[in-house]
Amino acid sequence: MTTAAATARERTAKAKPATMAQALGRALRDSMVEDPSVHVLGEDVGTLGGVFRITDGLAKEFGDERCTDTPLAEAGILGAAVGMAMYGLRPVVEMQFDAFAYPAFEQLISHVAKMRNRTGGAMPLPITVRVPYGGGIGGVEHHSDSSEAYYMATPGLHVVTPATVEDAYGLLRASIASDDPVVFLEPKRLYWSKADWSPQAPAAVEPIGRAVVRRPGRSATLITYGPSLPVCMEAAQAAVEEGWDLEVVDLRSLVPFDDETVAASVRRTGRAVVVHESTGFGGPGGEIAARITERCFHHLEAPVLRVAGFDIPYPPPMQERHHLPGVDRVLDAVARLQWEADN
Amino acid sequence: MTVQELPGAAAYRPTPPPAWKPLTDPAPLLPDPEPYRVLGTDAVADADPELLLRLYSELVRGRRYNTQATALTKQGRLAVYPSSTGQEACEVAAALVLEERDWLFPSYRDTLAAVARGLDPVEALTLLRGDRHTGYDPREHRIAPLCTPLATQLPHAVGLAHAARLKGDDVVALAMVGDGGTSEGDFHEALNFAAVWRAPVVFLVQNNGFAISVPLAKQTAAPSLAHKAVGYGMPGRLVDGNDAAAMHQVLSEAVARARSGGGPTLVEAVTYRMDAHTNADDATRYRGDSEVEAWRAHDPVRILERELTGRGLLGDDGIEEARVAAEQMAAQLRERMNADPVLDPMDLFAHVYAEQTTQLREQAARLRVELDAEQDQPEQHSADDRGTGR
Ligand SMILES: Cc1ncc(C[n+]2csc(CCOP(=O)(O)OP(=O)(O)O)c2C)c(N)n1
Repeated sequence: MTTAAATARERTAKAKPATMAQALGRALRDSMVEDPSVHVLGEDVGTLGGVFRITDGLAKEFGDERCTDTPLAEAGILGAAVGMAMYGLRPVVEMQFDAFAYPAFEQLISHVAKMRNRTGGAMPLPITVRVPYGGGIGGVEHHSDSSEAYYMATPGLHVVTPATVEDAYGLLRASIASDDPVVFLEPKRLYWSKADWSPQAPAAVEPIGRAVVRRPGRSATLITYGPSLPVCMEAAQAAVEEGWDLEVVDLRSLVPFDDETVAASVRRTGRAVVVHESTGFGGPGGEIAARITERCFHHLEAPVLRVAGFDIPYPPPMQERHHLPGVDRVLDAVARLQWEADN
Repeated sequence: MTVQELPGAAAYRPTPPPAWKPLTDPAPLLPDPEPYRVLGTDAVADADPELLLRLYSELVRGRRYNTQATALTKQGRLAVYPSSTGQEACEVAAALVLEERDWLFPSYRDTLAAVARGLDPVEALTLLRGDRHTGYDPREHRIAPLCTPLATQLPHAVGLAHAARLKGDDVVALAMVGDGGTSEGDFHEALNFAAVWRAPVVFLVQNNGFAISVPLAKQTAAPSLAHKAVGYGMPGRLVDGNDAAAMHQVLSEAVARARSGGGPTLVEAVTYRMDAHTNADDATRYRGDSEVEAWRAHDPVRILERELTGRGLLGDDGIEEARVAAEQMAAQLRERMNADPVLDPMDLFAHVYAEQTTQLREQAARLRVELDAEQDQPEQHSADDRGTGR
């Protein structure tokens, strides 16, 4: 019996339902245990454990010098993290909500992303910026933005977003261990999604930058990430009845982008739909579609389609279901993939 | 009518609101209304003559450095130079008050502070020459990269000082910013963080009168920039920024305070920018000659020289010695800056990430092909560039 199989069996034995939020908390804790230079800082991360309770218990276990309630100032938090990283610490910053990270953009773009480059490699900044993002939780204004395109457009940043409980753990561990800054986007509507996952058993630390095929298929590829993965999985299930066998690719990392996995999938299926919550215009889907077209043009049986949020400011919660791409919209796009030249 | 005079106010408020208690007594934090001076006052008797002489030679060298760097812009050797002529006392004092283990966080105008701290003058100028962003290893010299986005280096200084203290190192960070920079959000956030964390930081504001063309009166309504400190709960100190002895003393005290766990200090140096904002600026559009002349009489090099010669500490020989040393530095700088820097375009991709992404590898390969093609037809290319403007 291989070690991997043994590990898997041991894990299944101990596994019980765990949420993504718990897996993230566990990743923070394990990182802090292993590496004393890991420091968590942000608004309400200490006594309260964060508004989503991701940092629950860290201040108690590691003290408020390792898990610090900061003054309420995002640029200050991230700017201080830059200085801490300059002195050899490994700060993990929590931005309370997607739209409240904007005051820190100056620090993120002008310093966090560029310090390695500005110093000719002499001063890398190992900072992880955790940003709960996206909608679907009934949040009022400024609590549901999908800001990934802004981050993606900034050279020097890694942009990572897990969609499963296992990846939440594995990718956050890898992000904290990375010598480069990582914007770690947490799909907040999946915080309470569960999986049989044991925080006690050894869990995989996933290298940043690899997409994964979540469901193999032959008719077309759905390319997605974060909060839209469950939507795509459900759509793929429903499509079976229509006679479509959909492949689902979970990007996991937007930067670096795994062209290889994506292109290999699209070459197999000949058709692709990119699915995400963030707006379509100027959004990640345009970039992804262009990359696919450049690499797979001769394999494509239809144009690459995008299913995205509307090009509107994130709507009020009572209207958000109209904005968020759901299963029907994905299936509709799949139907449009039966494209012919005269369409 | 004030709140207290409102009829029945006392009856409604027999006790203060329960949560209220002042966190800090403001009085000791307030700056003196007059900038602190040493030169030309009784306080000079306490100044160490050796220190004054050291300051003098550094000022002379600093002035020469400024004039040389400005000249290099005219020769096309520097893309731009924000001169600190007139502000040398601030620059030099900031460098000299720090121990080797301390950190300096300069702005784009503070090349001289970095050089006075011992950084190679050419390494300090790469940003302004335009060949590399930061021509030195910040950790090796404990000098952060010269910072262009205003005030954004201040929270870095706070974070670094905080981290050092967490590690048990008695390291101090000194961060420099201009008067205009004090209006930026990062200035406020940095001061607030520093005070709350009691971080060992010294904030040095060089109030040189203008932010490019905008005078201080249009920048702030505060009594002084040093007054801003009290709102954060740290002491503010107002000092004559052209008085090298006063600068050194006030900054030394602030550094000592920070090192001993006393927390941050905000120092406002009242000084004047004698040159234009940069070589590209036309200062006559926003200020008159008479103002500049008035400040010329308070030149930092001249007032220290006058003090030292007046007290018999410096003679013609000493003046000449400082001048010669400065000339040597300038000659070396000229000579070394006359050589074209050797650049490898492939470096563009070298330091974006620890490991190049496939995307960057592809782009680097493309550039490689372009460079090789250029090598094959060097003449045709340069003719093209000149002739058609393509
Ligand atoms: C965030 C930001 N906004 C605008 C600028 C453009 N800019 C460069 S210097 C300057 C004036 C700064 O004045 P001050 O802070 O007083 O410093 P000084 O140049 O006088 O040393 C401005 C507006 C900048 N560098 N950064």
